[in-house]
Parts: sequence; structure tokens; C-alpha cells
Amino acid sequence: MFRKSPIIRWRSYGDRYKLHGHKCTKCGTTYFEKKGMCICGNLEFSEMDFSGEGKIISFTQIHSGPESFSEMAPYCVGIIELKEGAKITAQIVDCKYEDLKIGTEVEAVFRKFYKSGEKGIIHYGTKFIPKL
Amino acid sequence: MAGIVSWGAYIPKYRITVEEIAKVQHANPNSIKNGLGLVEKSVPGKDEDTATISVSAARNALLRTNINRKEIGAIYVGSESHPYAVKPTVSIVGEALDIGNNYTALDTQFACKAGSGTIQINAGLVDSKMIKYGLSIGADTSQAEPGNALEYSASAGGAAFLMGPNEEAVATLDATLSFTSDTPDFWRRALQSYPAHAGRFTGEPAYFKHVVGATKNILEKTNTKISDFKYVVFHMPNGKFPLRVAKIFGVTKEQIEPGLIVKKIGNTYSGSSILGLTCVLDIAKPGDKILVTSYGSGSGSDAFIFTATEKIIAAQKAKVKTTEDYVKRKEYLTYPEYEAHMEQIH
Ligand SMILES: [Zn+2]
Repeated sequence: MFRKSPIIRWRSYGDRYKLHGHKCTKCGTTYFEKKGMCICGNLEFSEMDFSGEGKIISFTQIHSGPESFSEMAPYCVGIIELKEGAKITAQIVDCKYEDLKIGTEVEAVFRKFYKSGEKGIIHYGTKFIPKL
Repeated sequence: MAGIVSWGAYIPKYRITVEEIAKVQHANPNSIKNGLGLVEKSVPGKDEDTATISVSAARNALLRTNINRKEIGAIYVGSESHPYAVKPTVSIVGEALDIGNNYTALDTQFACKAGSGTIQINAGLVDSKMIKYGLSIGADTSQAEPGNALEYSASAGGAAFLMGPNEEAVATLDATLSFTSDTPDFWRRALQSYPAHAGRFTGEPAYFKHVVGATKNILEKTNTKISDFKYVVFHMPNGKFPLRVAKIFGVTKEQIEPGLIVKKIGNTYSGSSILGLTCVLDIAKPGDKILVTSYGSGSGSDAFIFTATEKIIAAQKAKVKTTEDYVKRKEYLTYPEYEAHMEQIH
């Protein structure tokens, strides 16, 4: 997720820009990242799009994270359970740590992730904000 | 002619007040508030730029419709704060909107009218049947040099319009024309962080000449009177200039106030006049006529006449955030916090 190569990042635009996911063709369980096998044992998945709505199931505040994110510090990171069931780890922005709770409803937004130095590519992707 | 099939607005959450900036500039906040006709301005989040603002506004526009987004044949993003000097903002936006690859796209720049001009481009493409739908976006995270008068008003926000066939329009585009001349009122040279402007010269020969010129021409050409319009929007570099143009044409308070968003969020540059338009589309009723005249330094004005249709009622009822929802959502920053936010846009 934090790799520097613009090309490696480019290959994951589908997941990071748009919240594409994978749904088990047998039991309907959804996954954000591609799995080899579903919890039900099925090996087949269909592609799907998440709505971007979900709720916080765990969160923390980062004061000194990876250097690329230092401009945002302190910032919140959480595990979000999407409405469709899959879980995703992401930054939660436009909020204060004190305002967040387990169960807070959130929605996906498109934001800057980080810049590769002064001359490099600007990386974008999905973060979450408390539901407006 | 083509029309607006859907619209979407976006304004970042953060604000700084005139008082807070005046403290640092050692200025009298009341004389500035009176002089500029605004009390605070929007400020982008540290992780927001013209690309992310454009995506948010365009996603709101698409949420209001159920069109097949693969039928969008063109996207244009107008801004004076594109994140890259070379590499388009618009392809980032197209990717995030998931519209596939079969669309034409360009970034545009013409100071504050870079967005409004793209409405004309898409209307032309729709009318000539080169495309079915086109997205016109104007967005900015405008820069002002610390200590400069522009620091009180230069803000962030954007609006997006899905242009398409008239039969699907929530507002038909009845007429549009422009008024353009080479006028050195405001500029930013390559590799410079902040724009420069010609002080008082930015008024009469620049803003007023073009806004009045385009407005006068479209009224004459369409044989329309100001009193025919329910809503009127003029570009808003501050809260005072559009009111002076209103006076010239005899525009009433009832006609101009609903779109006068500058008072609450400042001048969003390429987003300015078109966020005035989204304010109006959020509340317009079928049959209401809307006049919009933008202004871009350098200089030019685009004038538009729209008429709201029956379809606007359903579009307003859709569960999409309105311009006012974003105006109301706010968190105030201190000047040092504001500086940290603005550092990230360069
Ligand atoms: Zn399964």
C-alpha cells in the first residue's frame, strides 16, 4: 500500500480509487482484497463495487506514522466494516479523534494519500469521513 | 440545445474568519468585512486539492442520476490550481469516477472562468451529437500570498454539471455567449507560487467591463429583460462586485441573494459563479429562468440563460448533499493551522 513505485501503485487504482471488491459466488461474502478461497470453501468470486458506506469497528490515532504521511499527523486510522460486509483499513479524516466512536457511520471520500517527494507523483485513494 | 442533466457541489469543511487573518495582517477586520462583503472563507483539508474536489462534486452530480456512466463521452476540469504543471487533473477524475476509457478529456485554465467555459464546450459536443453526456467541472484551491489582500477571499470548492440532451435536462441551456479581451488584471507566471494582480485596475476595465458586456449582449441577443429571471448569478471575487453589477442592471435582492455564496465561503475562483448556480439549482422550480455570468481575469466572461424543467423536482429530492449542506458543515482554523493546510497545496 505504501510502495513508492508509481507503476506498482497504478496497478491497484481499481481498488484504491473506486472500492472495487470481490463477492463469493456461493455464499455472497464480500472481500476488499482478492482471496484464493472464501471462508465457505468456494474458489469463485465475481467483481463488485462497494457503496462506500460503512461503520467504524476499531480506530486509533497515529502521531508519528510513515514519513509520507507526516504532513497529516496526527491522524486517525480505523477498520471500517462496509455496508456490504467487507472490512477495510483506512484513514478517517475531517474529524477529531475525540469525536469518533465504535459504530460511527462513515462514508468514502477521494483524497490525496501522499506525494513522492518534491518531484514525484501525487498518490490518491479512498479515505473515510464521518457521515455528513 | 443541450441542457444540465445533473449538478453537484463540493466545499471543504475548513474555514478561517476575516478576524483571524486581520490579526496577522494588523488590519481592521470590520473595514475588511465591509469592504469585501464577506466574513469567512473555505480552506481545503491537508489532503484535498483540485482533483479531489472535482471528484467529490462530480460524484454528487452522478449520484443524482441513474445514467450509464460509460455513456459520458467528455470530461473537462477547469482550474487555476491544477495539482500538476504537466499531467492532467481530468484523467485522475475520470479514473475515480469509473467511467471507463472511452472519453475525451482536457484540463482548462482561464482564471476564474475555466469551469464555466467547459459548459459551453460540452453543450456544443452534445448538440453536434459527438457525445451523449459530458461532465463540466470547475474547482480550485486558490492561492494568495500571505499578507496580500486576496488572502481574505481566496478559497476552495468546486461544482460539476452533467451536460446532456435537452429531453433529460433539469435545466435547459437557452442561450450562451462570451465577451473576451486581452486585459492584464491578474496573472501567475510559470513556477510562481502566488498570483500577482494590478490592484484597483482589477475593477472597472476588467471585472465590470466584461461581466457587464457579456450580460448586456445576452439580454439583447435573446430579447430578454432582467425582470424575466427568477435568479441571477454574477462571478463573485468578493461580496461587493456582483452587487454593483446587480445595481447597474436593476437586479433585485431576491434575484441575486440565493446565489451569493461568496459571503459564506469566499471566492472559490473556478468554482465561484458555478457554485452560485448550484445554490440556485438546489431550490429552483420548474419554469424559473436563471442568468449566470462568470468572469475570468485576463479577461473574459461567459453568460448563460437556463430554464428549470419539471425534472428538477425529482433531482432535488435525490439523496445528494446540497450546496447548503456543505456551507453549514464547518470547522474553524487558527492562522497557524491555516498556514499548515495551505502549505500542502503547493
Ligand atoms: Zn463463500
